[in-house]
Amino acid sequence: MTDWTDIGALTDIPARGARIVKTHTGCIAVFRTAEDEVFAIDDSCPHRGGPLSEGIVHGRSVTCPLHNMVLRLDTGIAQGADEGSVNTYAIRVESGRLMLDTARLQRKSVA
Amino acid sequence: MTKKLVVIGAGMASGRMLEHLFETQPGAWDVTLFNAEPRGNYNRLMLSPVLSGEKTYAEIVTHDAAWYEEHGVTCRFGEKVLRIDRAARIVEGANGPVPYDRLVIATGSNPFMIPLPGHDLKGVIPYRDLEDTERMMGLGARPGSKAVVIGGGLLGLEAAAGMAAQGVDVTVVHVMGHLMERQLDEAAGYLLKKALEAKGITVLTAANSKEIIGTDGHVSGLTLDDGTMLPCDLLVMAVGIRPNVALAQDAGLAVGRGIHVDDAMVTSDAHILGLGECVEHAGAIFGLVAPLYDQAKVAADTLGEKPASFVPKEVATKLKVTGCDLFSAGDFAAGEGRDDIVFRDPSRGVYKRLVLEGERLIGAVMYGDTSHSAWFHGLIKDRTDVNDMRDTLIFGPAFQGGAQADPLAAVAALPADAEICGCNGVCKSRIVDAIQGGAVTLTDVRAQTKASASCGTCTGLVEQVMALTLGDDFEVQTVKPMCPCTPLTHMDVRRLIKSRELKSMPAVMQECGWTTSCGCASCRPALNYYLLCDWPGEYQDDDQSRFVNERMHSNIQKDGTYSVVPRMWGGITTPGELRAIADAADKYQVQTVKVTGGQRIDLLGVKKQDLPDIWADLNAAGMVSGQAYAKGLRTVKTCVGTDHCRFGTQDSTGLGIRMEKALWGSWTPAKVKMAVSGCPRNCAESTCKDVGVICVDSGYVLHIGGAAGLHIQGTVVMCTVKTEDEVMEYTAAVVQLYREEAAYLERMYKWLDNVGLDHIVQRVVTDGDSRRALADRFFYAQQFMQQDPWAERTKPAYRALYAPLADFTVEAAE
Repeated sequence: MTDWTDIGALTDIPARGARIVKTHTGCIAVFRTAEDEVFAIDDSCPHRGGPLSEGIVHGRSVTCPLHNMVLRLDTGIAQGADEGSVNTYAIRVESGRLMLDTARLQRKSVA
Repeated sequence: MTKKLVVIGAGMASGRMLEHLFETQPGAWDVTLFNAEPRGNYNRLMLSPVLSGEKTYAEIVTHDAAWYEEHGVTCRFGEKVLRIDRAARIVEGANGPVPYDRLVIATGSNPFMIPLPGHDLKGVIPYRDLEDTERMMGLGARPGSKAVVIGGGLLGLEAAAGMAAQGVDVTVVHVMGHLMERQLDEAAGYLLKKALEAKGITVLTAANSKEIIGTDGHVSGLTLDDGTMLPCDLLVMAVGIRPNVALAQDAGLAVGRGIHVDDAMVTSDAHILGLGECVEHAGAIFGLVAPLYDQAKVAADTLGEKPASFVPKEVATKLKVTGCDLFSAGDFAAGEGRDDIVFRDPSRGVYKRLVLEGERLIGAVMYGDTSHSAWFHGLIKDRTDVNDMRDTLIFGPAFQGGAQADPLAAVAALPADAEICGCNGVCKSRIVDAIQGGAVTLTDVRAQTKASASCGTCTGLVEQVMALTLGDDFEVQTVKPMCPCTPLTHMDVRRLIKSRELKSMPAVMQECGWTTSCGCASCRPALNYYLLCDWPGEYQDDDQSRFVNERMHSNIQKDGTYSVVPRMWGGITTPGELRAIADAADKYQVQTVKVTGGQRIDLLGVKKQDLPDIWADLNAAGMVSGQAYAKGLRTVKTCVGTDHCRFGTQDSTGLGIRMEKALWGSWTPAKVKMAVSGCPRNCAESTCKDVGVICVDSGYVLHIGGAAGLHIQGTVVMCTVKTEDEVMEYTAAVVQLYREEAAYLERMYKWLDNVGLDHIVQRVVTDGDSRRALADRFFYAQQFMQQDPWAERTKPAYRALYAPLADFTVEAAE
C-alpha cells in the first residue's frame, strides 16, 4: 500500500541540494539532483550518523559531509570500498509537487 | 449511411486523424471542422523558418481549401465554439448548432503567460500561431528594435533566433541554470548558450523576471529580480503550454491536467474522443508531434470501430536550434548501476554523452554532432545488448562489428599527418620522429614538439603514440590528476581557466574534457574556488559546490549540530558583545562555550534550525560571522602591544584589527591564519601562522608559511618593512599570489615549498609593480567578498532552507 503525501514543491529544494523531513523514526533527507530527479533516504550516514542532507550531490550520489562516504541516492548503498546502506523511500514529482510515500512511516509509528 | 463527425480544432493531430479517416473509411463520415484560428491545418513546427524568413506561410500549409472541399469537410474557421450539449449531442458554434454522432476534441494547448505585473500590456505576446509570428517579423522591419524572450526552452530559443535573423537585438531570459534543461544536460546547455551568444543573442540564465514595464500601455522593458532593466519593444513569453481543457471541462468530461482519455482515445463520454495536446493519457500530457501522430491513427481506428490502443513510445528529440544540432533521447540522468560514456571535442564544440545501465543503452544527449543519433535511438528503443561494443560505442556504427576493438589500433591506424595536438598543430609523425630521436618521456616529447603542452587534452593520445612507438619501453607517467573526472592536474586546470577565459563550471568541464557530466565532491569545490578567485564579480558562487561548513557558514559537529563563532577583530571584544554572546548561549541552549586558540569564543551544539535566529541576535549586537569554517581568513591574533605592554614596540592590536578588517571575507585555497606580535617575544605566536607579523622598534618583520596543525612548520621571513601601510600592501600581495597560484586545499607552507621563497620574494618584495598589481587585484576582489554571510542568510529567502520541508512528528501528535 502506498500513501502519497505532498511535502512541498520541487523548487523548495535547491538543485544539487537537499532538505529534510522530520518523522518519528528520524529524519529523511529529500534530494534534488542537477537533472531534477528526487530521492528520499535516511538522513543519517551508516558510518557515523552524519547528516547526508548536508553533503555534496553529484550525479545520483551524495558524499557525506563528515567523513566522505559516498552513497547512492537511488539505492541507499555505500559506494567504493565502503560498506553500509540506508533506507530509501518512494518519492515522485507530480506537477511540480513532491509526493512522498508515507505508508511505511505510519506503520512504523503505529508499531 | 454517413455518420456525423464534428472536430473541434484544426491542428496537426486532428489533421492527421482526418487523413487516416478519409483513407481507411472513405465516404463514411460527414465532417464539420471548427477552428479558433481563421485558417485550416498548417505545420506549426515550421513557424520558425517563417519567422526567420526562410519560408512563407503558403509553404507550410498542410491542408488547403481544395483539400477540405475534396473531402467534403464543412469548415467553420475563426468561429468560436460556445458549448457542447452532451445530452442532445450538439456542438453550439457562434453561428449555429451542429449535431454529432461522434465528436473529437482537439483543442490543443494554450501558451502559459506568467502573471507578472504588466503581462497584459500591448506588445507582450506568446509564440503560438501565425499572428504571433507576424508580430515578431514586423519588429524586424524597424531598425534598432529590441526584444526580450522569457523562456529558454525550444520555443523561446526559436523565437529568439528567428528575430535575431531579422536583425532584432534579442535577449533571452531563462529562470533555470541552463538552457533547455528538459532536453539537455548542463554541458550541452552551455554549448548551446555559447552558440547563441556567437549569433549576437544575449542569454541570461538563472534570471528571475520581476516586472514588465510599460509606456502608454505598451511594453517598454522588463526588470529582473537583481534590478537589471532590459528595454524592449516586444516581449515574447515562451515558458510552456497548458492543455486547453475549458470546453471539455464545461461539458462535464473527466479532466485532470488534460482531458482524460483511455487507450482508444475515448473520453469519459463514449461518444467523444480527445486528441492531441489537450489530452491526458495515463498521467502523461504531450507536446511533441510524434506521439500525437500515433494518437491520430488510434483515434481514426476507434472511429471506424476498429480496436486500437495508444502506447506511448520512447521519444527522442532531434532539433536544430539556430543551426546547432541537438539530440536527446531516453533517460540521461546519472545513477546507480549506470555508467556515463562522455566524449568531448572542445575545438569542434562537440559533446556526446551516452548513459548505460547494465548491458543496455538507456539515454543519449548530443550536441554539435548528431550524425549517429538514429542508430543510438534504435539501440535505446530496442534495448539492444551493447556490452560487446562498449569501448567504441560512442564513435557510432562504423566502428562496430568485426574483431574486439583494440584501443591502440585506432591510433596505430592514424596516418602520419594526422593532427594529435590541436593547440600547437603537432601531427603524429613529428611525435614519432621525436621519440625515435630519443625522447622517452612525456616531458621530453612536450619539450621537443610542444604536443600536449598547452591544454593537455591530447595527453592520452600522445601517450598512446609513445606506447606504440616505444613498445614495452614506455611507462605512463604518473601525474596526479585533480580527481577521477579529469586527467588534468589542479595546475593544468587553473592555467586553462585563465588562458581560455573559462568563467563557469560547465565551461571548464566542457573545454577541459571532463569525463563526468557534473563533476564530483572533490573537483566541484575546487573549481568553485578557482572560478571565484579568477573572475571576481563575474562568477556566481555556487553554494551546492561547497562543503557543508562553507555552505552553512558554521562548523558541523559530529552529532550534526553546528558551532557558531562570531568575529572578534584582532581578538578584542567588549562587555556588550560578551553579554550578547552569553544571552545567545542561554537562549539557544548552547551545550558548550569554548575559548579558541585563535582568540575567539565558540558556541558549540547549535541546532540547524536555530542558526538564522542566533545569527540575527549576534548581528543585532554588532557582530558578524567569524568564518571559523572557511577556506579563507580565519583570525588575526594579536597581543596588546604598546597599548598596555611594557615591551611593546608598535600598536600590534591596532594593526591586527586593521589587517583583519581588510582581509576578512576573502576565499583562499586553504585556511589562512595570521598574527601580529608587538615585540620579538612573539606572544601572539606569529611564527607558526600563514602570515605572521613581528613588530620591532624599526618596523615590522613579515613572516610567511607557518602552520601548527598536523604538520608543525615554523615560518620563514619574507621581508622587513617600515610602515603599517606597507604591511597592508605586502600582506595583501602575498595572499593574492597564494590565491592565484596554489592548488585547492594546499596550505600556504606547501605552496611555498612548491614554488620556492625566491619566487615569492621576487613577485612580492623585489618587483614593486608586481606587488602593487597583486594588492590591487586582491582589494578589487574584496569588494565582492566582504558581505557578512550571517546577515545575508537571516533574510527570509534563505531562512526557509534551514527549516525542515515537512514535520510529521507534529502532525501525528495533533
